[in-house]
Amino acid sequence: MNNSKLIGAMLATTMLASTAAAQDVTLTIESWRNDDLTIWQDKIIPAFEAEHPGIKLNFTPSAPAEYNAVLNSKLDAGSAGDIITCRPFDASLALFEAGHLADITDLEGMANFSAVAKSGWSTDDASVQYCVPMASVIHGFIYNKDAFEELGIEEPKTEAEFFAALDKIKEDGSYIPMAMGTNDQWEAATMGYNNIGPNYWKGEEGRLALLAGDQKLTDEAWVAPYRQLAKWGAYLGDGYEAQTYPDSQNIFTLGRAAIYPTGSWEISGFNGLADFEMGAFYPPVQNAGDTCYISDHTDIGIGMNANTPNPDAAKTFLNWVGSSEFATIFANALPGFFPLSSAPVELEDPLAQEFISWRGECESTIRSTYQVLSRGTPNLENDTWNASVAVIKGEETPEDAGKRLQEGLSSWYEPQQ
Amino acid sequence: MSDPHSKPKIRWHIIVFLAPAVLVYTAVMIYPLFNTLRLSLFSEVEQTRVFVGLQNFRTLFGDAVWSAQFWNALANNFWFFLIHMLVQNPIGIALAAILSHPKLRFASFYRSAIFIPTILSFVIVGFAWKLILSPIWGIAPGMLDAVGLKSLYAPWLGKEAYALTTLSLVSVWQFVGIPMMLIYAALLSIPDEILEAAEVEGITGFSAFWKIKLPLILPSIGIISILTFVANFNAFDLIYAAQGALAGPDFSTDILGTFMYRTFFGFQLQLGDPHMGSTIASVMFAIILIGVCLYLFGIQSRMRRYQF
Repeated sequence: MNNSKLIGAMLATTMLASTAAAQDVTLTIESWRNDDLTIWQDKIIPAFEAEHPGIKLNFTPSAPAEYNAVLNSKLDAGSAGDIITCRPFDASLALFEAGHLADITDLEGMANFSAVAKSGWSTDDASVQYCVPMASVIHGFIYNKDAFEELGIEEPKTEAEFFAALDKIKEDGSYIPMAMGTNDQWEAATMGYNNIGPNYWKGEEGRLALLAGDQKLTDEAWVAPYRQLAKWGAYLGDGYEAQTYPDSQNIFTLGRAAIYPTGSWEISGFNGLADFEMGAFYPPVQNAGDTCYISDHTDIGIGMNANTPNPDAAKTFLNWVGSSEFATIFANALPGFFPLSSAPVELEDPLAQEFISWRGECESTIRSTYQVLSRGTPNLENDTWNASVAVIKGEETPEDAGKRLQEGLSSWYEPQQ
Repeated sequence: MSDPHSKPKIRWHIIVFLAPAVLVYTAVMIYPLFNTLRLSLFSEVEQTRVFVGLQNFRTLFGDAVWSAQFWNALANNFWFFLIHMLVQNPIGIALAAILSHPKLRFASFYRSAIFIPTILSFVIVGFAWKLILSPIWGIAPGMLDAVGLKSLYAPWLGKEAYALTTLSLVSVWQFVGIPMMLIYAALLSIPDEILEAAEVEGITGFSAFWKIKLPLILPSIGIISILTFVANFNAFDLIYAAQGALAGPDFSTDILGTFMYRTFFGFQLQLGDPHMGSTIASVMFAIILIGVCLYLFGIQSRMRRYQF
């Protein structure tokens, strides 16, 4: 009895849904951001649907670690959604080359993005664009404002000030100067090398020169960041060699460390954990008055399934993703993931405001190893992790590290041969 | 009327009873094994799979980048195995000898307590030991400090010189129960008459162990060695749980299992390469096969067995 009622109800809803579908187009969105499910359902989707009657959105995320495999098999089987969230660089480029992602170079919304923002999702020659840039993360240093006040330290602007501040914290002894470990390796490269590096290689200028083969990893601009990293070891906590990423997060949010080299993605998590006021400063420049460069790394993009039955609706949605309305909703729901569009955005979180304000002061670039250079074997990104750790521990000199990376890169990358 | 002895009947029950196991084993073990071996002979060029013969093996052993990683992983794997052979198995034998002593009290309690880590998940063991040894939250520095030996403490898992040995010892801690149980069973099966006869001859205590019991349990020790060999060369979980797929610091804990995983499934920006991954898996298979054959034909066939 109950069963037949249930089946009846299910049939009725199916029929209702199908009549609705006859008028409306439903776009299914593939994503790995299952953390963001509520934000999409409560904020982004209602905002879009209110403005575009006739198009419904269905956000169907999968687990981050499984996303690439799940998406690939869905695309091969022809059952993937209309809208596809894009990982930056090679993973999405492979999808485009296999004919799964549509060419959206001519989309009007694309005009809102800078070349750097678009670099994560364009072909190597930048002629074809296959995903709309959605969010980036900015690198820098978060610090404990209470600790800085207590010790009378100002936000360091230059490298000399930075090390003077570290010395002062170390001398005082009540805080660990800098919370970072080398156990998980990626922090040393991502929050170390690629955080401070752009100041030396002058952001995009150096990165593009490296891609073109005009600069080498043994050049001063690429070795100098390692020289700075080599000095960091003395300011990290006892036993930093076995300190993991969650260890560092905890040390900082418990107020045991003064400075935390990091990226903006920590903001929303840290806001709930730290009971002291946090501030942020961008990587200190070599000499006062130098132009500062920040790593404003493209992280999430969004594109269109080449075989979608609803290309027009999908394009409408992608155009909306490029608008400042979407950027404002997204940035405020997820402080720390910044919209990439040049459209003006109002942020409420003070720490996030601080991070995004650097876009006005400094030149933006992306992590040096992500585009093209980590395509071959040995993998430059993995090698950079390894070299950054070895340099911090003092097991390899900065010059040797540069030499080893250059040898690895030139073994397969033609412009460097 | 047919004579039941004229023609051998098909014994259907044998086929029926074997079928489920054979089918499942073929589907999840034999087919994947041969498919992996087959995959190692292919490569991907411009999105299509092409047959390349032994080219992948040539790359693995001939290319400086690949071969350096491979030999590093293999050497680490041998060190991992050596520690197990030198630490785990002697301790297991000693524990079994102590446990089989008839006058020991609470023997079954000790036996269970020592065996319990074996049934724990690698992930739990990896994380628990990472926490114990952590320089920040761990109890290892505090305990050493309490006995005045703080200077001996080092962040072992983060130091290239110690990390692999530390992880080997963690693995020994986890698995010492297995040789202990096997040897314990072998010791219990030695008839009392033999030991009593030896006692009459004046062989007791330690010399009874060395001269009577040890020769009788040698076949079990042989089996344990080969089980350790196979398990160690297939190891992956503990290293992955404790140090991640990059097997840091500086690949000092990289063993064949983690090297294969990283290559096959990719890591961070490194895209997965199923063909090179299969090549490494095939080499691992060959190493284990050679090791087991050496043991079977070289050692086990010459070992003396005693019938009671």
